[in-house]
Amino acid sequence: MGGGKTIGDVVLDLQGISLSFGGVRALQDVTFDVREHEVRAIIGPNGAGKSSMLNVINGVYHPQQGTVSYLGAKRHDVNTHEAAVQGIARTFQNIALFKGMSVLDNIMTGRNLRMKSGLLAQAFRLPSAEREELEHREAVEQVIDFLEIQAHRKTPVGRLPYGLQKRVDLARALAMEPKLLLLDEPMAGMNVEEKQDMCRFILDVNDQFGTTIVLIEHDMGVVMDISDRVIVLDYGKKIGDGTPDEIRGNQAVIDAYLGVSH
Amino acid sequence: MKKNRNLMILFAVLLAGLIAPLVTGASGAGFWVEVLLGGLMAGVLYSLVALGFVLIFKASGVFNFAQGAMVLFAALSVARMAEKMPLWAAMLMAVAIMVVLAFVIERLVLRPLVNQDPVVLLMATLGVTYFIDGFGQTVWGSDIYEIDLGIAREPVMILQSVFDGGILINKDDVAATAAAALLVILLALFFQKTKTGRALRAVADDHLAAQSIGIPLNRIWVIVWSLAGVVALVAGVVWGAKLGVQFSISQVALKALPVVILGGFTSIPGAIIGGLIIGVGEKMAEVFLAPIAVKAFDLAGGGIENWFAYVLALLFLLVLPEGLFGEKHIDRV
Ligand SMILES: Nc1ncnc2c1ncn2[C@@H]1O[C@H](COP(=O)(O)OP(=O)(O)OP(=O)(O)O)[C@@H](O)[C@H]1O
Ligand SMILES: [Mg+2]
Repeated sequence: MGGGKTIGDVVLDLQGISLSFGGVRALQDVTFDVREHEVRAIIGPNGAGKSSMLNVINGVYHPQQGTVSYLGAKRHDVNTHEAAVQGIARTFQNIALFKGMSVLDNIMTGRNLRMKSGLLAQAFRLPSAEREELEHREAVEQVIDFLEIQAHRKTPVGRLPYGLQKRVDLARALAMEPKLLLLDEPMAGMNVEEKQDMCRFILDVNDQFGTTIVLIEHDMGVVMDISDRVIVLDYGKKIGDGTPDEIRGNQAVIDAYLGVSH
Repeated sequence: MKKNRNLMILFAVLLAGLIAPLVTGASGAGFWVEVLLGGLMAGVLYSLVALGFVLIFKASGVFNFAQGAMVLFAALSVARMAEKMPLWAAMLMAVAIMVVLAFVIERLVLRPLVNQDPVVLLMATLGVTYFIDGFGQTVWGSDIYEIDLGIAREPVMILQSVFDGGILINKDDVAATAAAALLVILLALFFQKTKTGRALRAVADDHLAAQSIGIPLNRIWVIVWSLAGVVALVAGVVWGAKLGVQFSISQVALKALPVVILGGFTSIPGAIIGGLIIGVGEKMAEVFLAPIAVKAFDLAGGGIENWFAYVLALLFLLVLPEGLFGEKHIDRV
């Protein structure tokens, strides 16, 4: 899969990342990189530190040790907002949609950074602000079409079934037109059909928009199918890194997964 | 289900209280409508202040005890500056002052205390309350000041053809109510229809998710506190014009508290409807209930308006803890 796309340079480089919460060492000296246009999977048993890794990339957590380089430049501790400004978008393991808002409004918030009109222009509904709103509405409609959620535009997201909420979560992230997309278990809790749809969407995003994707997933079949390279974490340590085929044959990985049911 | 039943019972009680004076013949229809209108007009202002409260609570999780102090401070600013310039200019200047205040509070109080316990933040807003109260007096003085809106305070008779004796209302009350209602509607539209409105709602729903799509929390806080400041300003000017600008209007403004308990801390429609219920409820109680209490128990009978709202709120707390429109929190397990 992944067709004729060309994997590019390293866009994200993490060196010797260590992160602990009190006594809990969530990440220990983890080093890996992500290349442009690739689908990079992070796998590992529960509590291995996968989400923590995404949270470091996304500026939610700041590692005690290690360096993060993004787009060729060393990055100092950024906060989540700055990470978003730099083109990093994400979805959440526990869906974090804006429950009171419609699907459309949720996705529109993804355009927030790209909308420039000032507070007063919006308040007084100046033509410039109205025009901008329409333009971005257009972009959002494209995302909605892309993810095939046209029928649910006006529905408050809290009323949607779980699988669709996950899709809206992805839609909101896509609306940001990110360079780097972080997906935390986008298929968790889905049935086979929903998983297939989600796989297709992720691959399409990767193919059509060239978006670089870092993906956490428990379903091995899915991971091996759609990712270009895989990193394996266990108790906060990296125990494997390579193509799906390499990972399949890696003894440390096989050991880590023995006794862990998936 | 239980919530719905309780809600029905509450409404039945409120409704019964509302129409009792009519049914029992304690009041003529004209007078009753007059009291009702008076209550609604007072209620719109409560709604307005409660809205400021809800905005801040939703966006920053802060229970803003300083809302009443902000009302007084804004009214003082307008009253004193209007001595030296036209009223509209004084109001514009006061808006600017409230925005600056929002910046200062965000910078010096909210930002350093982010992620602290709600209790810490509550204490902080208590501090802010006393600061604003004192600072207002230091800068503007502590006498009673007047605000002249330039609207004649004459009562007018309306609907003489419908009701016997017509209905007496004050022109300035009507104007103030219209202004307050307009502001409420504009705010609601702003929330629904603009990018910043969406961002505000997003922050209210989920801080982390909002930040991760690039909504700047700090800016949202400034905007929310500024809006609360403007809301306080309008309420302060209206009350100030009516009662004189003095310390007691910060007490009146604290009626927003029972209003938000009634409407739910996170609900904008709740703030609006809660304000109206409290406004009408206390007027009705004052006019119709007080005389009964006086007769039956030989009481002095005054001051019902001062405590009725709180008792009503308490009743709601007992029966509907999350308020009329509050969200039930179902935690993910
Ligand atoms: N904010 C936090 N405070 C304290 N401990 C945390 C925090 N976040 C994560 N941890 C701990 O760090 C470790 C790694 O957690 P993390 O969520 O990264 O695991 P994960 O690989 O995503 O697991 P799962 O597959 O269950 O999602 C766990 O022991 C977890 O309890
Ligand atoms: Mg996780």
